[in-house]
Amino acid sequence: MFLTDEEKRILDGAEGAGKQKAMEMLYALGVTFDAEKLIPIKRAHVALSGQEGDTYWCELLVDGGATCAVPPTTNPYWDTDYLTKFYDVTKEELDLANRTGEAYRKIGAILTYHCAPGVCSNVPFLGEHIAFSESSATPYVNGALGARSNRESSISALAAAVVGKTPYYGYHIDENRHGDILIEVDAELNECYDWGILGHCIGEMAGSLDPVLVFKNKVRPSQEDFLYFGAEAATSGAVAMYHMVGITPEAPTLEAAFGGKKIPAPAALITNKTLKDQETKLTAATGDINLVMLGCPHYTYSQILEIERLFAGRKVSHNTAFWILAESGAVELAERSRLRQKLELLGVRMVGNTCIDEPCWKSFEGSLGVTDSPKCAYYRERRGQPFAIRRLSECVEAAIKGRLD
Amino acid sequence: MSEDMKVYKCRKIVKGSASGEALVSTDAMCFYLTDPETGTVIERNHAIHGKSIANKILVLKSGKGSSVVQVDGFYQLWVKNNLPAAIILIDTEPVIVSSAVMVGCTMVDRMDPDPYKAIEDGDYVEVDADRGEIRVRKKK
Repeated sequence: MFLTDEEKRILDGAEGAGKQKAMEMLYALGVTFDAEKLIPIKRAHVALSGQEGDTYWCELLVDGGATCAVPPTTNPYWDTDYLTKFYDVTKEELDLANRTGEAYRKIGAILTYHCAPGVCSNVPFLGEHIAFSESSATPYVNGALGARSNRESSISALAAAVVGKTPYYGYHIDENRHGDILIEVDAELNECYDWGILGHCIGEMAGSLDPVLVFKNKVRPSQEDFLYFGAEAATSGAVAMYHMVGITPEAPTLEAAFGGKKIPAPAALITNKTLKDQETKLTAATGDINLVMLGCPHYTYSQILEIERLFAGRKVSHNTAFWILAESGAVELAERSRLRQKLELLGVRMVGNTCIDEPCWKSFEGSLGVTDSPKCAYYRERRGQPFAIRRLSECVEAAIKGRLD
Repeated sequence: MSEDMKVYKCRKIVKGSASGEALVSTDAMCFYLTDPETGTVIERNHAIHGKSIANKILVLKSGKGSSVVQVDGFYQLWVKNNLPAAIILIDTEPVIVSSAVMVGCTMVDRMDPDPYKAIEDGDYVEVDADRGEIRVRKKK
């Protein structure tokens, strides 16, 4: 890989050990993926997590004197001020959270604490070269918006932010953005949950290939639909780029989606039955529940409004907690419009700046939870809470009953 | 080198050399869904569910899952000394590569021929990333 004299100096440590580590990461990736050079970026998003691995890396760079050339937006860990009012955590868990915030503050990140930056907190343009990590974010910015990001890890995105550059390979290059497999969809997609299940099917089929979807029915996905679709395709598989013909910006036609390559025969036809089967495979659990957890990816204001509509004044069962994890701007809007206060009277709580996969939620472990997100269920499993996956209306009914039938 | 060792070419991703018993995963892996104390894979329906990757030569289809938990998965196994001794990757993707770079886990790819044909569970395998070589002794 070609490095400029300036880049070589950084790699040799002339600008400090932190920046050197960051450059070593970019260099290793560049060499592995046969990049010819580094290119400048103007945006980055780091999937900060409040987990030790990621915080270790940020501290390693900060302690080596690094700051960000391109300040990145960040994912959440958890709202330590608010959630410690409700739940106990150990001193170690709180210390790690505080260490994380401090390290990212020092490195000069923009602390948006939002896992869907493409929706509102860091929105790139068509064709813009960026380095975005976070599985909800990368397919969204590539597929739905047409920006150009590789499937970065939190640590490679932070390295790119520090240096202000990223290796020129993969999705930065036109020919790698074209479709690899064709999938036809003839199914009803009524809400973002259905798009999530569709994404889960697609991820299994596509792995790391770029799927091209052709819809038999006319569809017009919303922000939330794209978000759920991409998050699940990147959970069950490693999809970071997709096309929806006639919908996403780089696929005005089927030919354009495949970039003039030969269009392959459809690899699959997804029907209502395919989605139903996938849902059945994912959602077996029933019984008493202690938690409904929504917001993986982070809920938008419209989704919070939808919850109010579905409750229709009814209340959450006394033995169940109901938490919405939302983008902090959506929580502020809900507060300002008194939606938050109305929902709290029903037993529905919301919090910004917080992820599902954090130690503050451990008091619920050991019992069944319900969520509308297969991604939430997948990651909570490691922490010892099984989750049933249901569409939002069923999550609400389960919360009111305190059980899932 | 013993006579029953076969030698194959590969490409270095992360430097180092290691040897040990092979474990073959035909599924992509998210390292976060392992138990850091033992290296056991806890993901349901996974090709190597219930098996430990600790100190094995792991033949792995690819990485998958979120862009940060993979990093923490590697980190937790690293601090508990339960990482694979080396990883032979089939489909190389950036998140697993950057995770391995951070903790210095020896990693190679582009093994010729297909590692699924050359390596089975329980074989003795030596990986020398710096020389771009993999040596395999089939289990008895």
